[in-house]
Amino acid sequence: MTKIKTPRARRPRKTGRRHPLASVALIAVGLLFTGGAYVAFSTSTAVATTDASSQQTIAQGEKLFAANCATCHGLSAQGSSEGPSLIGVGAASVDFQVGTGRMPMQMQGPQAQKKPVQFTPEQTAALAAYVASLAPGPAIPSGELLDAAGDAATGAELFRINCAMCHNVAGAGGALTEGKFAPAIENVSAQHIYEAMITGPQNMPVFNDMNISPEDKRDIITYLKYVENNPSPGGLALGSLGPVAEGLFIWIFGLGAIVALTVWITAKSN
Amino acid sequence: MTTITTRESAEDQGVGVKKSGGFTASAANYIDERTSISGAVKELGRKIFPDHWSFLLGEVALYSFVIILLSGSFLTFFFQASMAEVVYDGSFAPLKGIPMSAAMSSTMDISFDIRGGLLMRQVHHWAALLFVAAIGLHMLRIYFTGAFRKPRELNWVIGFILFILAMAEGFTGYSLPDDLLSGNGLRIIDGLIKGIPVVGTWFSFLLFGGEFPGTDIVGRLYSLHILLLPAIIVALIAMHLLFVVVHKHTQYPAAGHTNQNVVGYPVMPVYAAKAGGFFFIVFGVVMLIASLFTINPIWNYGPYDPSPVSAGTQPDWYIGFADGAMRLIPTGWEFVWLNHTYSLNILVVLIVVGLFIVTVMIYPFIEAWITGDKREHHVLDRPRNAPTRTAIGAAGVTFYASLWAAASSDIMATHFHLTMEGVIHTLQATTLLGPFLAFFIAKRVCLALQKKDREIVLHGYESGRIVRLPGGEFVEVHQPVDEYERWKLVSYSDFKPLMLRPNAQGKIGVAEKVRAGLSRWFFEDRITPVTQTELNRAHGDHPAEITDK
Repeated sequence: MTKIKTPRARRPRKTGRRHPLASVALIAVGLLFTGGAYVAFSTSTAVATTDASSQQTIAQGEKLFAANCATCHGLSAQGSSEGPSLIGVGAASVDFQVGTGRMPMQMQGPQAQKKPVQFTPEQTAALAAYVASLAPGPAIPSGELLDAAGDAATGAELFRINCAMCHNVAGAGGALTEGKFAPAIENVSAQHIYEAMITGPQNMPVFNDMNISPEDKRDIITYLKYVENNPSPGGLALGSLGPVAEGLFIWIFGLGAIVALTVWITAKSN
Repeated sequence: MTTITTRESAEDQGVGVKKSGGFTASAANYIDERTSISGAVKELGRKIFPDHWSFLLGEVALYSFVIILLSGSFLTFFFQASMAEVVYDGSFAPLKGIPMSAAMSSTMDISFDIRGGLLMRQVHHWAALLFVAAIGLHMLRIYFTGAFRKPRELNWVIGFILFILAMAEGFTGYSLPDDLLSGNGLRIIDGLIKGIPVVGTWFSFLLFGGEFPGTDIVGRLYSLHILLLPAIIVALIAMHLLFVVVHKHTQYPAAGHTNQNVVGYPVMPVYAAKAGGFFFIVFGVVMLIASLFTINPIWNYGPYDPSPVSAGTQPDWYIGFADGAMRLIPTGWEFVWLNHTYSLNILVVLIVVGLFIVTVMIYPFIEAWITGDKREHHVLDRPRNAPTRTAIGAAGVTFYASLWAAASSDIMATHFHLTMEGVIHTLQATTLLGPFLAFFIAKRVCLALQKKDREIVLHGYESGRIVRLPGGEFVEVHQPVDEYERWKLVSYSDFKPLMLRPNAQGKIGVAEKVRAGLSRWFFEDRITPVTQTELNRAHGDHPAEITDK
């Protein structure tokens, strides 16, 4: 067994990293990673459902839209005298309005009210995908932004400054003009709170990311979840409505009990 | 003769220390020899108080005040009346690291880091709400039973000043924690003061030590809250109670109750035991409420910051009527004259609320002037037997209630799904028209009840028993009312409108004419009490009586 030539000993061959196509492969791999990472990152913040933008989902959403929404919003979501245009409102808006049961509206009134949700999550996602496909708009948030693990103190301060004038400091809700109102923010999911801030449903103003940054929005959600999950340290909160509830309570139950006791104490014994 | 006996008994006791009686007797003797207190005990111990639940409402107010004093003293040990800025570093996470005044920070510490602090805060606040509410109900009882008549007019005024002082105490206390809610309240007061022409701005700067909010106001309110106002209140309560002792207690009309006697229990031992026990009952009720229900959650409101105003910002209930009055003023009530803005929206509120308060305070004198009644009254009126007074009271209550309700216009709008504007317009209407309607209805109801009483006295109750007379006539047997009940129904004084009489110069002045006119309005519609003659005649020819016998 004579080894005439050993490949290694011989002149270097154009294989491995010396291969002429190596740099091309390297670029391909690099691009794949960058692009993949980018895609992965952007999907994590933008669209949660992987098939949300698939043509099939959009088509399903279009059908649902035509059957349930088009009466007021128009067949191509262009709006009518009964409802606004939905072009450019984004998936977040649809997810909020349909996901909290506000849409489809039960009847015309000062504002759409919360009611039992009418569509399954898949149907809601399809509607959102359809509306999002019409024009770019705020996407459905997800991930770390909704984990309610931010700074509650900052969130509380931001909430008092930006939200409490309508929603009350404890998120118990409040009155607006002409029968409109800011609803109580109890048992509202973090996703819906976030969507409300970025889309400004009904009479609520939009708090975009220039106004309140995503981290600040996360802090606000953290505060609201703190209030929701921690009972009032002082006992029953009487609806967190403030002095009106306290005054009614002392007159009806406090003084009522006292008067009953005065009657008892002065009653003639039999 | 009597002096000898007392000396003897004193000697007896002096000797008796060794023999019998023990420590109590000797201690009592020791104190009496040095203070002569037995005279006062004897006098007060035999004081008679009538028994009726509505006579305890003033006591509820007194006991609430004692609870407030006790819990308030606890709070002063830990509260810092300073607006120096500190960074909160206590146990409550959602405020950690937030800059706030020392007042707010120490109130947070009381609530979260001092044992029993939150309970004491809640006891103090709930007792304060109960204090003012009990005063309110007590005043209504006094008013509707005519207990403010001679000789008790001055005590009504003292009581009313106490009511105003209680509200002042409440408001100053509400403002002390320097939280968002109380800061908003102070801002409204600041606006009210600044709305007074010419002097308003000066007054505001004087009060706040510069531009609102400044750094002085909490310290100043604290001095008022724990020193000046309580001192005046204690002094006035003492006077109020002294007058009750001097005047003797009023009593409801009943058989044997006259202007010359008081029917009830002596203070010692029954009444003192009941009243002492009742203090603990009131304390217990307040404790129970304070341990179960949150009041003024300053941790939700956060420190005061002039920019945010929370939805549902209201004062405590007793300031509500003033807040409501401002909410009811239509928009745009202001004008500019000589380069100054005149805020009618504020001035009208100040004037109307001020007039209302003064009228209520001097009402006893107004009524005495109109009726010309100079007699002493120790037996109370049943509200129906003073129809015009009761009607005026109903009108006043309606007016106050409308203003009060307006302070919760936003809560009513959200909870009853109404429009804010609809609530405000409705309350504007009830504020202006409601009192007239209430006056009319209350007066008619009183007169109707008086007529019913008269009917019962003259003809008794319908028994439902139909009897056929020998002549073939059918009559219903009426059950005659018993004597005790009849006393209650007929023993009230009858008034007639004042006669216009010329004065010493033989002239009839304008004031006299006004007075006669008001008197006519007061007593024009009246049902006279049943006289003995009427009673005799009614019973004489009453067929039911005959068949019964």
